[in-house]
Amino acid sequence: MAATQEEIVAGLAEIVNEIAGIPVEDVEVDKSFTDDLDVDSLSMVEVVVAAEERFDVKIPDEDVKALRTVGDAADYIAKHQA
Amino acid sequence: MSKIKPAQGSPYARILGVGGYRPTRVVPNEVILETIDSSDEWIRSRSGIATRHWASPQETVAAMSVEAAGKALADAGIGAEQIGAVIVSTVSHFKQTPAVATEIADRVGAVKPAAFDISAGCAGFGYGLTLAKSLVVEGSAKYVLVIGVERLSDLTDLEDRATAFLFGDGAGAVIVGPSDEPAIGPTVWGSEGDKSETIKQTVPWDEYRSGTVEKFPAITQEGQAVFRWAVFEMAKVAQQALDAAGISADDLDVFIPHQANMRIIDSMVKTLKLPEHVTVARDVETTGNTSAASIPLAMERLLATGQAKSGDTALVIGFGAGLVYAATVVTLP
Repeated sequence: MAATQEEIVAGLAEIVNEIAGIPVEDVEVDKSFTDDLDVDSLSMVEVVVAAEERFDVKIPDEDVKALRTVGDAADYIAKHQA
Repeated sequence: MSKIKPAQGSPYARILGVGGYRPTRVVPNEVILETIDSSDEWIRSRSGIATRHWASPQETVAAMSVEAAGKALADAGIGAEQIGAVIVSTVSHFKQTPAVATEIADRVGAVKPAAFDISAGCAGFGYGLTLAKSLVVEGSAKYVLVIGVERLSDLTDLEDRATAFLFGDGAGAVIVGPSDEPAIGPTVWGSEGDKSETIKQTVPWDEYRSGTVEKFPAITQEGQAVFRWAVFEMAKVAQQALDAAGISADDLDVFIPHQANMRIIDSMVKTLKLPEHVTVARDVETTGNTSAASIPLAMERLLATGQAKSGDTALVIGFGAGLVYAATVVTLP
């Protein structure tokens, strides 16, 4: 069953926490991965791959650059998940 | 029909000795920062690289190879005259004909061995090792000298802030010879030519010669795409090599991945779920990415510093431009 927007954001928060050590409560929809959460370009790849597995969605490299904020990523996943 | 007599090979092959050569000049990140707008902290956090070695004009591809080969021969206890074949993997020898392997073979003191170059980027060592094993088992050569050697400083764009700090120079060599028991596992190798744009030389030589481009060719890559492929796809290949050799992660003593970037190494270790007791090669910190030379250089250093010992079981995996890859499990010399 497809995850809700809220579930996706919560899932992303757990992923970002595990990969970059950012507290779960800091991962909010309007936060930028690079500017606010200190997720660099390589950690972003790890976040994307973890999100792909968790939400059963494919996020190609060329689409990753457009995912600036947590909200961008959540929207993308909601739209593309199986 | 006449009957053809087959060659007599050895039942198995093993790495008998390893040797390395690192150029004298050590280049810290401060030197890289003279031509790019970055910082030591940024370079270290993205790559784990603190220093690398750059070759002088005298430290040619052949000269570095001869030094590394001499050490590998001494380590193996084999005389140069016993070498039946020399395989050199490089992408940074600027004279394509004749193959540099022939000059190296002659300077090492080998007597009319088969000698040729191969091009398989950062997987070059694994490709060479696989060929060497086949030659020994099939009987075309008893002892094979395999060299990975690069002068990547010649192919580095010092003004590109994404790659200027990555590359280093050096040579690593092994001697492969007969063995009574299996000591080099099945190779899991392949290519993905559909991803050829991911890591590549910026322009062909003839385009530079014709003057249509001003900048000398250099190696360029798509960092995020390379990172994803290297960490997640290559972890699968590494696991396949373990499975093919019948070795579990618990049986493993040492992991020697191509020294591309510390972040790739760290993520691979995590993805593969390697146990704590496995020694991981992290030579990239002081050697940079030396492409085909990185695995034998890292292997030599682990053995020289006592972090690994002769007889240890090691997983080696190379991956790079092509894209190409090769992974296998070996017994360390």
